[in-house]
Amino acid sequence: MSFPTIAHCIKSYTMIRYNYLCINEVDMINEVVSVKMPVKEKIRILKNHFEPENATGREARLSLVTGIHGDELDGQYVCYEVIRQIKAHPELLTGTVDVYPCINPLGMDMGARGIPMFDLDMNRVFPGDNNGAMAEYVAAEVVNDIIGSDLCIDVHSSNVYIKEAPQVRLNEDCADKLLPYAKIMNADFVWVYSSITVREATLAYSLNKLGVPTLVTEMGVGLRINNAYCRQLIDGIFNIMIELGIWQGERPAVKEPIMSTEGQVDFIHAEHAGLFVSALGEQMGHIKKGERIGDIISPVDGEILQEIISPADGIVFSLRENPVIYKGTLLARVYAVR
Amino acid sequence: MHKEVLFSVEGLYREDNEITGYRFGHGEKAACIIGAMRGNELQQLYICSQLIRTLKTLEEHGAISHNKEILVVPTVNMYGINVEKRFWPIDNVDINRCFPGDMNADSPKRIAKALFDSVQGYSYGIQFASFYMPGDFIPHVRMMETGFQSPSLANLFGLQYVVTRKPKPMDTVTLNYSWQMNGTNAFSIYTNATDTVDEKSARQAVSAVLRFLTRMGIVKYNNHSGYIASVIEEHELMPVKSDTAGFYKRLKEPGDPVYHGDVIAQVTDPYEGEIIKEIKSPTDGIIFFAHTAPMVMENAVIYKIIRRMHE
Ligand SMILES: [Zn+2]
Repeated sequence: MSFPTIAHCIKSYTMIRYNYLCINEVDMINEVVSVKMPVKEKIRILKNHFEPENATGREARLSLVTGIHGDELDGQYVCYEVIRQIKAHPELLTGTVDVYPCINPLGMDMGARGIPMFDLDMNRVFPGDNNGAMAEYVAAEVVNDIIGSDLCIDVHSSNVYIKEAPQVRLNEDCADKLLPYAKIMNADFVWVYSSITVREATLAYSLNKLGVPTLVTEMGVGLRINNAYCRQLIDGIFNIMIELGIWQGERPAVKEPIMSTEGQVDFIHAEHAGLFVSALGEQMGHIKKGERIGDIISPVDGEILQEIISPADGIVFSLRENPVIYKGTLLARVYAVR
Repeated sequence: MHKEVLFSVEGLYREDNEITGYRFGHGEKAACIIGAMRGNELQQLYICSQLIRTLKTLEEHGAISHNKEILVVPTVNMYGINVEKRFWPIDNVDINRCFPGDMNADSPKRIAKALFDSVQGYSYGIQFASFYMPGDFIPHVRMMETGFQSPSLANLFGLQYVVTRKPKPMDTVTLNYSWQMNGTNAFSIYTNATDTVDEKSARQAVSAVLRFLTRMGIVKYNNHSGYIASVIEEHELMPVKSDTAGFYKRLKEPGDPVYHGDVIAQVTDPYEGEIIKEIKSPTDGIIFFAHTAPMVMENAVIYKIIRRMHE
């Protein structure tokens, strides 16, 4: 259309250089799927693919997925750090790692959980549909790309309303297969829950059904990064990579998680609308029966409406973050040994 | 008419979100009608208001059958409507994904539980529903194939079409599904508006409900006998997708006949105004659903066509 300008030449040179670098280093950023938006922009789902030099194609493969919910950001830091460490020591990589840092980029940009245009929860459209509308189509392409992995880890961060301690969640249907991995993920807590039909539309359920063992991790709170929780999970991920023969680095020290199957989980709900003020410090954790978890207060008449007391000796692993609550709002989950 | 508060959610500063029910007639739980479950379902609320007005007159004239009771709930989400949000505004939850509900849980689940307690046990359940993507349908009755559905009853609304479909995992937490699982014949009625009021299709919806209630012997009301519906399976509807993005011009309306190769939509460049794509009908048939927004993204479903059917 026009003669190349100096700017063009510099840009081309940079692009060649970039491609060249990509080929010669361990990573390769690919577009998994893209969809054109009305005005001159594409939604792009990216992945960074890592494989060892002299790969044979028979290496174990881990897929790390996050950002299905746009308001969950811990996974962003986890991706960054996993990639940084692999790039710092490519010689330690003996398997394939695919990192999918953001499945809902439009939501993430806006701090929205769902796809902004439809307020649609992407984790309710899996395994997707190649002939479906945008969300289903993207979901199908993502699933298709992950298939063939030996393990998938789907990193979540609760939402903006409730804070979660680092935990692995799995459906009882696939507990046998997943528990050995869940136990070495460096989580505080492993929660095995009973299956309900509506969860069948999640990425994890779909992948497990399609033969890719998939773990879901939850930690922190929406729209924030909890560095300590992230570091804990990153150690867990490298531990899994070592276990799968993907990483030859030093094995990090990982903690033994508490198993939900060995105790019971109490759900504490609000009995009044009001403001929930936590009595716990920054981190959740051990609590004694009768200790105060927090209060529901009434700002307009200066009264405590309800004192929230721990029903058991145990561990608080979920805690209400947004103080504005209604009757019935979940305030805390407490795990107690049976 | 008897008006009552079925359930109330106490707010922090806002006035209580009261869920109001209107009962007509006395006796056997005959029919229950639900309007706006979402805060943007203004057409659905409007239809209910018109239905309540009509039922009030019918009752005054003794036209509600003996030993039959009708319950109408215009909305469960007054809070959402007033702030123009589709979902329950506190924690942004879709109430129609919380059924059958739970009284020991968050407010949307408590609303679902309270509503379900009030609306179960009726012989017929009718919900005015909406679709999550912007678009217009031919007004129709929709049912899920739960094993308890009866398309022959759906036909009695006298709308042109009855659509049946297999429930997806997401559908198992809707009111309609819970109703069917608990012995109520449940129907969803789709008209061609959601966030705006369309008088014509609202009147059609009110007539359809009164026609159904008359045919079931619940009210006595004389109206046009309507259509004998064509029953179609959702998967038989052929989706037409846009393979590019830009300004969108729709050339066909719901109900229009189309022939294979007809140009049914144009996409123009958002900056330069040129037509970049003419989208052609892949089949002969009738337009059942049409995308309404002024712009379109790639891969959007812009039409659903009832194949090989003529006017
Ligand atoms: Zn999430």
